[in-house]
Amino acid sequence: MNKRTIVPIGPYHALQEEPEFFKLHVEGETVVHLDIELGYNHRGIEKISESKTFEETIFLVERICGICSTSHPIACVQAVEDAGDIHVPERALFIRSAVGELERIHSHLLWLGLAGHFIGFNTIWMWAWRFREDVLNILELITGNRNHYGMMKPGGVRRDINKTDMPAIRGLLDGLQDPIKMFRDAVIQDPLIHARTKDVGILTREKAIAYGALGPTARASGFDIDVRRDHPHAAYGMLDFDVITCEKGDVFDKAVVRILEMFESIRIIRQCLKQLEKVGGPVDSNPKTVTAGEGIGHYEAPRGEVFHYIRSDGSNRPVRHKVRAPSFMNVPTNRETVLGASVADATIILAAVDPCYCCTERMAVAVDRNDGEHLLDARDLIRLSCEKTDRLMAETGFQGPSLPDF
Amino acid sequence: MNKFDIITTIQAQLGDSILAVQRKSAQRLYISIEPQSLEQASRLMLETFGARLQIATGVDTRKGFEVMYHWALDTQNSIITLRVLVDHETAELNSIAPMYPAAEWIEREIWELLGIHFKGHPDLRHLLLADDWPEGNYPMRRNFGATT
Repeated sequence: MNKRTIVPIGPYHALQEEPEFFKLHVEGETVVHLDIELGYNHRGIEKISESKTFEETIFLVERICGICSTSHPIACVQAVEDAGDIHVPERALFIRSAVGELERIHSHLLWLGLAGHFIGFNTIWMWAWRFREDVLNILELITGNRNHYGMMKPGGVRRDINKTDMPAIRGLLDGLQDPIKMFRDAVIQDPLIHARTKDVGILTREKAIAYGALGPTARASGFDIDVRRDHPHAAYGMLDFDVITCEKGDVFDKAVVRILEMFESIRIIRQCLKQLEKVGGPVDSNPKTVTAGEGIGHYEAPRGEVFHYIRSDGSNRPVRHKVRAPSFMNVPTNRETVLGASVADATIILAAVDPCYCCTERMAVAVDRNDGEHLLDARDLIRLSCEKTDRLMAETGFQGPSLPDF
Repeated sequence: MNKFDIITTIQAQLGDSILAVQRKSAQRLYISIEPQSLEQASRLMLETFGARLQIATGVDTRKGFEVMYHWALDTQNSIITLRVLVDHETAELNSIAPMYPAAEWIEREIWELLGIHFKGHPDLRHLLLADDWPEGNYPMRRNFGATT
């Protein structure tokens, strides 16, 4: 019988620089079990929220996650609006969708860069993050901040988009189309990327449904759900866009869904900008009170549906505020996808759901020292993954995606 | 199956175990049910309607612990919330995790934060709190910090 060892990734995730703990149980090179430990980043935000006013709560939930720093607020304000039957002006809805979609592009570019880094293509990493800067510049132009935009409030948004900024926003947005096409061609058609990611870490449609998977993780497996289309909110009911799905659910499909989604996001933002030229009016209905009641708000964040439940007793503070981030549902799917994989592939499989730990805690992999095992750290894991890429390069003669030099 | 059929089917199947139905809006329906019919209701949502469990919320109220299961009907643009009231003394509820893995983590979370024991849960241990968190100390209960 093979000796089973435990490969710990964590408690501080070496690759994604976030606290989490995956215990990979391996026999030889093969992963046979995964144990996920959470809680290293639990900040008790639901409890804190009960002591904040509805206006302050939005700033609190914005700090749940730096990357989804507008998805949580959108879901949260929608929950407050649902509870208190608060009207939102149309112009504010378009601004919400535009900022939400910009966040999706920057988040997907961030993931694409990291995924490239994990399998040993640092050029993808550098290029993806370089164009992410342009997205952040647009966000800075609109909101004043690169992250933590402070845009959402119950009843509308805090800032209007200035007419004078429109040409600059359009210019930066047009500049993103070609680079994303470059990533699409480089990644989707490259035989070496196929060798590393196709048929790796498959999540079947049945398992995606059983685990309640969300966002690109679900859509890559053919589980066709998207809150923007299925439960229209913000301006999505008034916009034309496609929901991208794949069939197989492997790492490659998850990458394809994310890359193609960025084109849809650009489409959506363009429509929003066009509408903003026509739709005038206030951007805030300035609600004074939230009536007693309960409300649910959800929003399709880059990783999947963000869910907020708020109960109000008629005072200015929530009685209960429940937050569920998409990684809470997506991370457990790793227990299915990583089984039978090699340690060298585990790195990219675990990263393929684009986990966000500070959202979920509200997690990691290693080998048992007492049993003569040794500990693998981040460098070892990236090294194992990069070595596999190098091995495949030597065996197949493929060179990997070619991107222009800086 | 449209929204009307769904409501009719729920009423026919669950019958007397429905305690209250509150229609908050066209997209939001809250149904209070007896705790013993939770598994049957969940199976109905999952298998008959193809609903997706978004999450469960636990609230400590004067009357008892309120546990809400939020089910999204993605083809109907609506969310049905199943509400059960759990007695403060017993603080026990049947687990739906054995039939639906998506419920596993949230039941662990509600157990450690609110102290509701989920009968039949395959792996009821700490998720967010530390493994050495003192037993019987539940942060989301109203009396948390009052005696310690």
